[in-house]
Amino acid sequence: MAYYNRSSAGDNLARGLGWFSIGLGVAELMAGRSIARWMGMEDRTNLIRAYGVREITTGVGLLALGDPKPWIWGRIAGDAVDMATLAEGMRDNRRAGNAGIAFGAVLAATALDIVCAQKLHQEEAHYRSLPVPDYSGRSGFPRAVSAMRGAASDAPIAEDMRTPKILQFQPATGQAGAS
Amino acid sequence: MRALVWHGANDIRCDTVPDPEIEHPRDAIVKVTTCAICGSDLHLHDNFMPGMEKGDIVGHEFMGEVMEVGSEAKSALKVGERVVVPFTIWCGECDQCKRGNYSVCERSNRNKALADKVFGHTTAGLFGYTHLTGGYAGGQAEYVRVPMADRTHIKIPSGLTDEQVLFLGDIFPTGWQAAAQCDIQPTDTVAIWGCGPVGQMTIRSAVLLGAKQVVAIDRVPERLAMAKAGGAITINFEEESVVERLNELTGGKGPEKCIDAVGMEAHATATLDSMYDRAKQALMLESDRAHVLREMIYVCRPAGVLSIPGVYGGLIDKMPFGMAMNKGLTWRMGQTHVNRWTDDLLNRIQEGQIDPSFVITHTVPLDQGPEMYKTFRDKRDGCIKVVLKP
Repeated sequence: MAYYNRSSAGDNLARGLGWFSIGLGVAELMAGRSIARWMGMEDRTNLIRAYGVREITTGVGLLALGDPKPWIWGRIAGDAVDMATLAEGMRDNRRAGNAGIAFGAVLAATALDIVCAQKLHQEEAHYRSLPVPDYSGRSGFPRAVSAMRGAASDAPIAEDMRTPKILQFQPATGQAGAS
Repeated sequence: MRALVWHGANDIRCDTVPDPEIEHPRDAIVKVTTCAICGSDLHLHDNFMPGMEKGDIVGHEFMGEVMEVGSEAKSALKVGERVVVPFTIWCGECDQCKRGNYSVCERSNRNKALADKVFGHTTAGLFGYTHLTGGYAGGQAEYVRVPMADRTHIKIPSGLTDEQVLFLGDIFPTGWQAAAQCDIQPTDTVAIWGCGPVGQMTIRSAVLLGAKQVVAIDRVPERLAMAKAGGAITINFEEESVVERLNELTGGKGPEKCIDAVGMEAHATATLDSMYDRAKQALMLESDRAHVLREMIYVCRPAGVLSIPGVYGGLIDKMPFGMAMNKGLTWRMGQTHVNRWTDDLLNRIQEGQIDPSFVITHTVPLDQGPEMYKTFRDKRDGCIKVVLKP
């Protein structure tokens, strides 16, 4: 069973990164052209918008889809793709300085993502080191289950709770439903 | 007095609030000795149920001692008596109550006009469970006002502990009704999704009512262990295919009776449809995650019964209703008509046929309640059922 604790420090950091992802994704999607122009990478406008969709998806995953670990690793992979794109875009770029600033920002975000992933895995490792409670003796019955099966088959259950006769399973050999 | 108070999503606090008072001659004031956090309280904690307001006292599974009785309830209750309070408030006089349909009492919801608009027709008033069902103060508190107290109680004889009888107020009759409305036959396979507290009670009920085999589905190892202890064959849906295993256990025909003890917050990442639901839920395009309903419809034997004690709050998407219609499935659902079952169930507890306290894993003082909501929600520390002591 995947472990996650929605109140832990790691999870809180993941949620913060989730909101960051959504904010960045919306900005990339809505202002992709301006961002590309600022970095001198106008020919990559559509790519930046696609990255925006990726960021929004990752953000929703981090905020709403339970275990944040796969989504944090998704962010780290996305960071690598972003940095490769920026590194490639800095060549022969009249605004290489701006692209460099963006590269630095992605590098900082990557560091935060890695810290978050480490924290989440440490929390899971700690949880898994705890003893598992043993509830195998908690039947609630005074005797063996086999002895209790059907012990309440005489329970007073009113007709409105019963399945109408016509809808019940009939013995295979009978003339079910015929009258 | 101290009480657990809803302040918003993931924000329940132990606050000091005014003591309750008799507001109507049919009221009683009960000093709460023991109460519990119910799985459906988590829907409030996680803010998936509409109609909560800041300052609402939560909790609908509680018991205690009668401290004060209104003039019109004195013939039925006396000061000092020990009672479990059912979560459904019922008048005993309307058409529905006369039929035993207490959870759809026509008179106990004081916000009837609102419920009429939202549900088409009102359902019963409930303790601590949104203003759609009356906005009544709940029982995770030191004291609680019980409306229509001449009917809304279960008297407890001496000799039984609080822990043995507390669950008569909700999860035991809820599990029982879920099994009873399946009309279990000795040849039936009963599949139960969810091994939380209601699921555990449903498993025991299905065994007592004589099912040939009971199959329990969950992913939490300690919950599956408790289900197995109660007589269920277990399926861990993270480790094997639910559909394949159920078909294998039923000779390829599917279980005759399927019970959803999960409700609106199905595990969000186990399947693609759950992830789809969770994403839509986050974007406020859907209110409930209905993976269990879809799976039940798919795997149930044609002409079988679907029983739904799990709580749903609103709108569901991608429901394979054509499949359900063509298979001729019978749907049984609803909040529990608690007092319809409690005389019989109390007898069974007294006779020693079952001890519902088996499900309790944590007992803490009331002021630790807010932290225990999170422990219960996250299934940490082997938590299955939390009991609070005010």
